[in-house]
Amino acid sequence: MIGLYSPGRSVVHRAPTLLKLVLLSVGVVVIGVLQQPWQLAVAALVVLTLFVIARIPPRAAVAQIAPILWMLVIVVPIQGLLAGWLVAGLMAGRLITAVALAALFTLTTTVTSVLEAFQRMLRPFGRWIDADRIGLLVALTIRCIPLVTEIVTEVLEARRARGTRGSVMALAVPVVVRSLYAADALGEALVARGLDD
Amino acid sequence: MSTITFDAVSHAFGERQVLRGIDLRLTEHRIGIVGANGSGKSTLVRMINGLVAPSSGTVSVDGLDVAKKAREVRRLVGFIFTNPDNQIVMPTVQEDIAFTLRRRGLSAEEITQRTTAALHRFGLAGHADHPAHLLSGGQKQLLALAAVLVADPKVLVADEPTTLLDARNARHIGDLLRSMSQQVIVVTHQFALLEGFDRVIVIEHGAVVADGVPEDSLDAYRALLA
Ligand SMILES: Nc1ncnc2c1ncn2[C@@H]1O[C@H](COP(=O)(O)OP(=O)(O)OP(=O)(O)O)[C@@H](O)[C@H]1O
Ligand SMILES: [Mg+2]
Repeated sequence: MIGLYSPGRSVVHRAPTLLKLVLLSVGVVVIGVLQQPWQLAVAALVVLTLFVIARIPPRAAVAQIAPILWMLVIVVPIQGLLAGWLVAGLMAGRLITAVALAALFTLTTTVTSVLEAFQRMLRPFGRWIDADRIGLLVALTIRCIPLVTEIVTEVLEARRARGTRGSVMALAVPVVVRSLYAADALGEALVARGLDD
Repeated sequence: MSTITFDAVSHAFGERQVLRGIDLRLTEHRIGIVGANGSGKSTLVRMINGLVAPSSGTVSVDGLDVAKKAREVRRLVGFIFTNPDNQIVMPTVQEDIAFTLRRRGLSAEEITQRTTAALHRFGLAGHADHPAHLLSGGQKQLLALAAVLVADPKVLVADEPTTLLDARNARHIGDLLRSMSQQVIVVTHQFALLEGFDRVIVIEHGAVVADGVPEDSLDAYRALLA
């Protein structure tokens, strides 16, 4: 998902999406309530084994987890001083393991299959909910992440090039305006592709 | 080829008159549309698949009134925009192409088969599972083409499809457009793209001012610009 899919044919890739979603939810909850360091170590080992089975390139895996490491660099010392180092360590371990598990899901599951899973799940409610529409909504939301990221990057670059710094508003206004234009154009393209109904 | 007709079409955005009394019958295989910025080219071609509804007059494709039968017309007419970023909907290349075929009542196998064929035809097979937003500009425009043509439209309308591309990618897209069996209608500022076209129409201030074989029309346009 989010264009981070890492193609493969492993069991983890081929497992039914719905099953993966359920296991992911259960896994995250279990990791969240673990109290003992050894329990967490076992959970981490299981997740690591799954990464190996799925043959995820180490670089792709690290890229998924790196952003939260930055957060932990700040949060762990604070919690360590306030609540004790064991608590801080457990918290960090839980967070990394849970994020890794979620990353494994996104790395081994295409958006299309998530959409299809959604549709199957919502089919019994077809009379009240248009599953296809919801699927499209999910796909567009995911699509908007790189689109908006790109716009923010460009606006920041343009600001730097002109040597202006300015307030948050000076960043937010062009980003919002350009995002709206992009959304408009995307909507028009959807209509042109005959997907408006 | 399809027959696209503009019958006394005029259009205004608010107070601003953008098209005035356009009468056209488009039956040729490859048709180019040129004209200065703001002359009304985009407005004109957007009408072919109902993205803009004319203030007066009618546009029809193979006898189907675009205003009344927009859905049917859009199945006949594919549309390519200038900026491919705005056309890509799904995260990966393959998924974006397959996305066009959803709701067409095709089997999963057929979707896979047609998607794979399109990937190969447009030289994107090596990028099937890559994130679409990381492709180069040229590859993104190829993806946009593949995603539209996979549905097998009878007509392809392209509004400045090569404006954002370098010369090499522009030539590649141009060659593809030229080699297509479908009817092609291209708006462009790049004359080289219109080589081998059957007809070129020049728009100025919302009206047709020249219409004929490319050499004559482009000469007339150059004279207009001078
Ligand atoms: N949605 C809109 N609302 C109001 N005015 C518009 C809209 N779209 C286009 N216009 C105006 O209509 C006129 C014709 O625009 P159009 O985009 O058709 O020109 P064009 O020939 O495609 O120009 P370019 O070569 O710059 O793409 C312009 O003056 C433009 O400002
Ligand atoms: Mg235009």
